[in-house]
Amino acid sequence: MSHTFTTAESVTRLVNSHQVHRDVYTSEAVYRLEMQQLFCNAWVYVGHDSQTPAKGDYYTTQVGDQPVIQVRHSDGEIKVLYNRCPHKGTKIAIDREGNTGKFFRCPYHAWSFKTDGCLLAIPLKKGYVGTGLDKTENVKGIKAVGAVMNYRGFIFARLAETGISFEDYFGESLSSIDNMVDRSPEGRLEAIGPPLRYMHQCNWKMLVENQTDTCHPMVAHESSAGTAIKLWQELGSPEPKPPAMQIIAPFMSPYEFFEDMGIRTWPNGHGHTGVYHSIHSDYSAIAGYFEAMVASYGDERARQILDENRHNTVYFPNIMIKGPIQQLRNFIPLGPDKTLVESYIFRLVGAPDELLARTAMYNRMVNAPTSIVGHDDLEMYERAQEGLLSNGLDWVNIQRLHSDDEDYTQEAVENGTTERQMRNQFNAWLKFNTCSLPSGGVA
Amino acid sequence: MTAHSREEIIDFLYDEVRMLDEGRYNDWLALWLADGHYWMPLDYKQTDPLLVTSLLYEDIFMLKLRVERLNGARTFSQKPKSRCHHVLQRPFVDVIDNDRGFYQTNVSMHYIETRHDDQFLLALTATHELKSVDGRLKIANKRVDLLNSDAAFGNIQLLP
Repeated sequence: MSHTFTTAESVTRLVNSHQVHRDVYTSEAVYRLEMQQLFCNAWVYVGHDSQTPAKGDYYTTQVGDQPVIQVRHSDGEIKVLYNRCPHKGTKIAIDREGNTGKFFRCPYHAWSFKTDGCLLAIPLKKGYVGTGLDKTENVKGIKAVGAVMNYRGFIFARLAETGISFEDYFGESLSSIDNMVDRSPEGRLEAIGPPLRYMHQCNWKMLVENQTDTCHPMVAHESSAGTAIKLWQELGSPEPKPPAMQIIAPFMSPYEFFEDMGIRTWPNGHGHTGVYHSIHSDYSAIAGYFEAMVASYGDERARQILDENRHNTVYFPNIMIKGPIQQLRNFIPLGPDKTLVESYIFRLVGAPDELLARTAMYNRMVNAPTSIVGHDDLEMYERAQEGLLSNGLDWVNIQRLHSDDEDYTQEAVENGTTERQMRNQFNAWLKFNTCSLPSGGVA
Repeated sequence: MTAHSREEIIDFLYDEVRMLDEGRYNDWLALWLADGHYWMPLDYKQTDPLLVTSLLYEDIFMLKLRVERLNGARTFSQKPKSRCHHVLQRPFVDVIDNDRGFYQTNVSMHYIETRHDDQFLLALTATHELKSVDGRLKIANKRVDLLNSDAAFGNIQLLP
């Protein structure tokens, strides 16, 4: 394959309707393409509003491979800035979060900037008189990303200056964020504590695909979920069930359960499992919560909100949210074979603490580097990353329940074991990797 | 109430990690009281195990499940099995209350885990709450603070 991708055709060759070339997971050139194209053209999750509640509060993260700062400006709005001093390149903020007051000050030469990035002052500025500094990009201040949207507290950024609008990019898929937020009697979420940080020696797309892979839980997680059920039975099936039985045991549900739960896909690579029910459907009720919901929304609307049991919603390219348990996982690509997974939890403002306790429990039981569920997932990804180096076969199959007339520009609901959502993601992957590339010619 | 000496308490801590290092997990589980919790915070100086994410906050059912799973035929992340090794600093025995049968210790250690060609080291401080039951020391609660609890880890599969 080519070492750079200069035309749309050179990228398109990597993806067929039912299979993808292994290079999409292993190639350094593909990773660079993704960072320069996909992660610039797409709307990528940055952070949550509640992580920077006060003016001057900031939080540092990455959009693709780009270091950025999410900061609350003096006008109360959230800004997303490249974390780079326009002078020499020094990262402006190094800690994961903090408060910078009314301005950022670079620790190297004390150039200072307003919290929207605009240059405030340069020490000994007379040294630049007549040098033409005023005509450079550098003097404009800390560069902001192309566009920012705060959707009900969730901050997304598009690095590219121009491109698809937020509304067109997400469309109806925002209903999953809506449902998660609506589950708060006050319609508000609050990010709680630091995230779990779990390093994976595999490509980021394996993790994203796994979010709607409903044919792996009863296989890969038999050692945790199957053993949990066995152990509980050996103990005489005690009630109330231990928390592990509520959280982990549903992974052993049979294929039919996952077939019937349904998968919905939306244009631009978004989709979710759990259309009709999910492994989160049978969580025990928590005293006082429903009453608080009814007080806020009325009986009918409260039931409507809580009857949604969407399992995993993927917001392409690289986050997943779980509405019923208020969790968000960010799959941050660090290289073709390296992904940092950060798993955040949220408080439903106005809801009893028991819900937050369950969310925190789910997070540690399933998504921690110490989790007996996570261990087997990571094992699968890393085995795949190594196996894909084999020259024995070039193509990875994503054909389950595939039909030739699939139209990813349309919302669809299908059998819960379809791999349509993976195909949908690759359709979007092609779209946003190639939309700024010239067409035609040979790479 | 049986009186337990400082030396006996310290021996208990050494015996515990020896069980973990040698993979004698059923012996290790037998050290625990039924309502005990093994807590590994995620945040530095974390005070709340329940309403903030932790790395571990496991009741006896979860600990038993963890141990059972290690021996399972389809425990893929344990093919091959991990091994571990603890190196203890001299423990502090912070509370000896023979009247209540309650003891508290603080011990720093290096924990090494290996599998395949990979080996990693964690520096940690373990805090034990022990109780005397029928003349024997039992673990009422154990808290393990990793020095770098906020770092990104790969799999940590055995028990530090």
